[in-house]
Amino acid sequence: MAYSDKVLDHYSNPRNVGALPKDDPDVGTGVVGAPECGDVMKLQLRISDDGVVEDAKFKTFGCGSAIASSSYVTELVKGKTVDEAMAIKNVHIVQELSLPPVKIHCSVLAEDGIKAAIADWKKKRVDAVEAPRAAAAASK
Amino acid sequence: MQRRGIYMDNHATTPVDPRVLEAMLPYFTDVFGNAASRSHGFGWEAEKAVDAGREQVARLIGARAKDVLFTSGATESNNLAIRGVVDFYKDKGDHVITQVTEHKAVLDTCRALEREGKARVTYLPVDGDGRIDLDRLREAITDRTVLVSIMYANNEIGTIQPIGEIGRQCRERGVLFHTDAVQGAGKLPLDVDAMCIDLLSLTAHKLYGPKGIGALYARSKAPRVRLSPIIFGGGHERGMRSGTLNVTGIVGFGAACEIARESMAEESARLLGLRERLHEGIFSQLDEVYLNGHPQHRLPGNLNVSFAFVEGESLLMGLNGSVNAIAVGNGVAPIAVSSGSACTSATLEPSYVLKALGVGDDLAHTSIRFGLGRFNTVEDVDYVLERVVSEVRRLRELSPLYEMVKEGIDLKSVAWQRE
Repeated sequence: MAYSDKVLDHYSNPRNVGALPKDDPDVGTGVVGAPECGDVMKLQLRISDDGVVEDAKFKTFGCGSAIASSSYVTELVKGKTVDEAMAIKNVHIVQELSLPPVKIHCSVLAEDGIKAAIADWKKKRVDAVEAPRAAAAASK
Repeated sequence: MQRRGIYMDNHATTPVDPRVLEAMLPYFTDVFGNAASRSHGFGWEAEKAVDAGREQVARLIGARAKDVLFTSGATESNNLAIRGVVDFYKDKGDHVITQVTEHKAVLDTCRALEREGKARVTYLPVDGDGRIDLDRLREAITDRTVLVSIMYANNEIGTIQPIGEIGRQCRERGVLFHTDAVQGAGKLPLDVDAMCIDLLSLTAHKLYGPKGIGALYARSKAPRVRLSPIIFGGGHERGMRSGTLNVTGIVGFGAACEIARESMAEESARLLGLRERLHEGIFSQLDEVYLNGHPQHRLPGNLNVSFAFVEGESLLMGLNGSVNAIAVGNGVAPIAVSSGSACTSATLEPSYVLKALGVGDDLAHTSIRFGLGRFNTVEDVDYVLERVVSEVRRLRELSPLYEMVKEGIDLKSVAWQRE
């Protein structure tokens, strides 16, 4: 199989590999895929109080295209608002990396990773901000 | 010619040995006759070359030369053996026994015969190392069984089946025994009489001969095997396989068999030494690596390993020179190996052979097959070892699974989000 230059570049020099503290209330962690399906992506986003993605880190188990898709989205989401990040579609990743049809699922995984990370962040916000507030209101 | 890197995929195919090529060359231009032409010297010379090649192929497997039929390769040989027996013996029975880890050329022929309503097929399971249970085979044979087809050595995991014992069981029960010996021939001892083999498939390109030429051994007495042809025409090869003989290919096939036979003992010991060097190197330097296939009963040149938490195709990509910027320039040679990962298969399913052993899909996705051959050296092994270890380490740094396991998380307990 021939890989596009961009896939090769992200595969050999992946951007933003690593981890953010997963218990930090500003960090959302998404883990998508399954080992028996051959791909698992962990995407972590640090999101500011005003809802801007300040940092992104990933680790991915998967083929070269899955690694490249993950690496690419970490670059893509940085600086975006939560709403903008939620609007990222897998077709955009397919086009940017010139993924062949058999590799489209890799781009879907990356899109799902963003959504899962943001969902985790939102849940934390609810737990950290709104739950104590509700508890405080209840105790009044 | 420029060297294209290190070739360690010798179960897929092998290069033509220069001595084989040398033997073949005159038969393209000087001795070009049709071996079936009886009316002139061009034909007689070609026929003589075919007879000599047939003799050389027969000697490798301990057979009589007249029992060797030339085909286009092992896929055709497997098709002819199974379909030919089922069709010819249809009045005697319609049951075939094979096993789940056979090559697709056997499995798909069996499935086609089932679909056509011509045969009922029992697919024997294998144990965790890839061997069949001889008691189960004994129980599976019925009065309607016409053929047992069990491969000598598996192309993915290298596991060797006890074909001598299988052959004896079949002989006692009066059932014909076919073996696909493509991977074992030239590497392991083979004797069709001692092993009670009635039909045996071979191909030249797995033993340093050319592609496009193979053979089917079909025993002509004690017992005599009868076959219905699958290719019709001029009645070549005792009517069992029509078509003008590939004289050049047969000459090369013969030469390849002769070299393999003469060097087998020494070469198998050498390959085993290289294989064990690679095996020990990998297992001493990396954690979470798993051997697939039988630890002892395996082809000397075969090593199949799952590198847990590193997907196979991504590892191949790091080795095979896809990353051109790395491969060209600073002396990094591309390495050719293969994987049982779904991403490398046309079906997007992980290896059915590994699945049959009970290897989980998670580990099947991380499997790599190393196929050592005649032209691999100790230096090749050391180089491949170094590259594999460093790529696996790099990709594990990228692997969320490796990270989770190192944190003490049991991956089986995680609620994975499946598509």
